[in-house]
Amino acid sequence: MSCTRMESRLLGYIDGRLKEKEQREMEKHLAACPACTVRVNEFRSVSSLLDELPQIEPSAAFDVRVRARIAAEPVKQNWWSWLGAAPRVLVAASMLLLATVWVGHRPADSNNVASSSGDETQIMQDQDLPVLENYDVLANFEPLTELPEPVSADESTEQDM
Amino acid sequence: MARTDVQLMLDVKAGDEQSFALLLHRYRTPLVNFLYRMVRNREQAEDLAQEVFIRVYRARADYVPSAKFTTWLFRIATNLALNSVRDTRHQRMEVSLDAPVKVDSEEGDERPLDVAEKNPNIEEHLVQEAQRDMIRHAIDKLPEKQRAAVLLHKYQDLDYGEISKILSCSESALKSLLFRAYETLRVELAPLVALRAKS
Repeated sequence: MSCTRMESRLLGYIDGRLKEKEQREMEKHLAACPACTVRVNEFRSVSSLLDELPQIEPSAAFDVRVRARIAAEPVKQNWWSWLGAAPRVLVAASMLLLATVWVGHRPADSNNVASSSGDETQIMQDQDLPVLENYDVLANFEPLTELPEPVSADESTEQDM
Repeated sequence: MARTDVQLMLDVKAGDEQSFALLLHRYRTPLVNFLYRMVRNREQAEDLAQEVFIRVYRARADYVPSAKFTTWLFRIATNLALNSVRDTRHQRMEVSLDAPVKVDSEEGDERPLDVAEKNPNIEEHLVQEAQRDMIRHAIDKLPEKQRAAVLLHKYQDLDYGEISKILSCSESALKSLLFRAYETLRVELAPLVALRAKS
């Protein structure tokens, strides 16, 4: 194995992360190459020096700040979870929808049904309306009795002839 | 048995805030340390670490455990750190023209240093601190991507596959990156290595 090829495996060798075959090849090369052996030792020394740097601890306020920022995050909810979280809104919206549909599909000519069919029930209802409250008074209203009798269809035909 | 990171994250996705608190507790120290060593400023490192956790939290609904949680976490952290270093590079260069770069002590400004109490031998402590500064300075001088590679490899115990995904490069490119970084460190720290070899 050449020195150049060894370079890519050098740290893996120091870390003990090489495969068995690679490890054997490396040891064979190092046994025959003093320059690479020196380099391996120096890399090990550098690695030991890096171990000497102490760790720092996050400040006491760190967790508090993270939690405060998380608490300030807007709550993400999809459409269904929003409905689930507000069942009263869902019921109200459903009722409003039903009412809208019912009003929209109600028969438009329902007011004319009674007059055209002569339904007794409808007449009774009409008689209950305030404008017809004095029906008897209107029926016996004197000036109306002085009007000529209505001409029947048969009589008008005879007059024409 | 402790829940894995992926299990915790899936629980967070399901709405369990307590699982997020566990992830925060598990990774706040490694993240802050990684970011501190990247940006060399404690306050900025904590701000960036907060941002990492917020981004993880925001992405919880779309989380799919396709990769290791640490790969995802440190990928976010590395991207934020690299952007921050690039954004502040100009500012740092301006400062260095006027005054030597003052690197925060690992002990931190917030915690007062009671040298006499903690270290009976002040001279020994000062020598040790000077050597640590030398190591920090050597790491600092590495190009950003090499620095990130060394920090992830050395301090986070991540395998090459993970680090290459974090840095968006191939494994062979990562090995080459790490080799060059260690070569630079070997040269920079040669006096210290020689000193240790003597003692």
